[in-house]
Amino acid sequence: MFEVKSERKSVILSPSPHLQRRLKTQHIARVLMQVATVMSIVVTVGIVASLFPIAIRTFFAIGSRIFGTSWAPLFEPPEYGIVPLFTGTIFVVSIAMIVAIPVGLAAAIFLSDYSSFNLRRIVKPILEVLAGIPTVVLGLFGLYVINPSYVEKYWPIGEPLAFSALGAGFVTGILIVPIIASVADDALSAVPRAMREAAYALGATRREVAAKVVFNAGLSGVVAALILAFARAFGETTIALMVAGSYPKLSGNPGDPMMTLSAFIGFAGIGDAEVGSQAYNTIFLIGAILFLITLVFNILGNKFIARYREAYE
Amino acid sequence: MSQSISLKSRISPRRLIVDALFRTFLYLAIFVSLGMIFWIVSSLWNEAGWLLSWDLLTKYPSFNIDNAGFQSPLKGSLWVVGIATLVALPTGLLTALYLEQFASKSNRVTRLLELNIQNLAGVPAVVFGLIGLAFVVRGFIAWGFTVGSAAAVIAMLMLPVIIIVSREAIRAVPPSYKEGALALGATPWQAVWRLVLPSAIPGTATGSILAVSRAIGESAPLLLLGALSFVTFNPTGLDSPFTIMPLTIFKYASDSREEFQILASAGSLILMAVLFTLNLIAIILRDIATRKRNV
Repeated sequence: MFEVKSERKSVILSPSPHLQRRLKTQHIARVLMQVATVMSIVVTVGIVASLFPIAIRTFFAIGSRIFGTSWAPLFEPPEYGIVPLFTGTIFVVSIAMIVAIPVGLAAAIFLSDYSSFNLRRIVKPILEVLAGIPTVVLGLFGLYVINPSYVEKYWPIGEPLAFSALGAGFVTGILIVPIIASVADDALSAVPRAMREAAYALGATRREVAAKVVFNAGLSGVVAALILAFARAFGETTIALMVAGSYPKLSGNPGDPMMTLSAFIGFAGIGDAEVGSQAYNTIFLIGAILFLITLVFNILGNKFIARYREAYE
Repeated sequence: MSQSISLKSRISPRRLIVDALFRTFLYLAIFVSLGMIFWIVSSLWNEAGWLLSWDLLTKYPSFNIDNAGFQSPLKGSLWVVGIATLVALPTGLLTALYLEQFASKSNRVTRLLELNIQNLAGVPAVVFGLIGLAFVVRGFIAWGFTVGSAAAVIAMLMLPVIIIVSREAIRAVPPSYKEGALALGATPWQAVWRLVLPSAIPGTATGSILAVSRAIGESAPLLLLGALSFVTFNPTGLDSPFTIMPLTIFKYASDSREEFQILASAGSLILMAVLFTLNLIAIILRDIATRKRNV
């Protein structure tokens, strides 16, 4: 309602019934949208509330035993040394990164600086198809192809078994290639054309433009790509469980079976640990650790993305 | 005779060679990514291609390879992801509309919401299984190991992805559409509902289809929700026990006997066929959307 004061009389301009109806619809829509928006907060609060009370209690119950080198919370007597899970995770994730970084970054540079419009239209969907392969299928591939036909046959150290961190790392690498490629491509493609043209004008070759000028200009986006891919590999459960196995072995040999943090959650979640038992609670402790570590890396990765967006968009 | 001026490049041979090597390396990388898909599909095909038949879609999981099929897990996946999509898609779309068109951009609450959604998208899938285990299966909802619990967990997993892709699609709609409608006296909601949203639909659809196909392939969170069992009947409602395609494959794969290896591979081929089809639809939709925008 708007009041217009004039010297003689005040006129009240009220919305017409039609407009009132439209404003009412808008009001309802607004409330609905706000309710929907709150849902994402509810999910986050749900995650924190489901993990941390149990995780903190379990952490204090375990105490310093958590730094031990043997992990067997489901056995009697239980052991809670988390070191083997960490080494297993680090092995799998590092191998994945070693596999994925060259391929992923090369694909990104190819897409941003070497491909024609039409070629890009073919290559991008291919990477999307690769990104769309379910982890259980990748796990199967690791278990039936990579482990028996490659790791068991050619890995020189020790006596490789059906499961190996090496195989899991390789397959997880396949999983994160498209992530690295697409995030890094976004960043490199955002580098202004003028920068490329200036470099060409100075006599740089295509490689020098792409790999030195553009790559350095988009470096924060490239770093973001690596960090986000790292976080994704870190949290991957099914592949680790199927290919690296469920035996938390503390070993320096990547050809050995190992258990990752996330694989333990999957493994113990299948089993019938009694609700409320210490063994059941350790699932939440590991979940909380996994959540915190990936959160840190995701925040960091998104910071780097925001940095290049600020610079170029 | 006039003096000839050499227009030959003065780039040293070394630089040219490095350039050529680099180009080869890039093509090789693309070739390797393409080869990976081929390698994975062909090894599955060699293992189980001969087993594929329509019967596989109508028979139920079994330890006997002659009678084994994937009817109940296929229907289970359909139920779980279908219900999850029905919940997550409208919620995500409304959130995206709100954040892009109504919430003030500089507001601290808005920024917090954005940060939250961004980080929610990065939470490992298996963690969503834990919230399901603590609050949906047991706790105050206590739905048990049912289709409803699984759909709730998958909906939570899909929500941030759908919000992010929808926001991008909405952001790509030229602001002039909305401004024009407002100038003609439309309320902001009318402008958004009748102009912005329809223009954003192809982009949203593409992103949502990709989110759905990711959800169909997702296995880790439902590992914790009791889906890893042989269920030889179809789900009938929110409260029925269920299994899904990826976990039936997982189940077969955890048995080392040859015939289960074949069944797991056959299941993977079926799953991949479904996902490839979805991806293809998404790609075609996006092609239409970009062509429309370029005209």
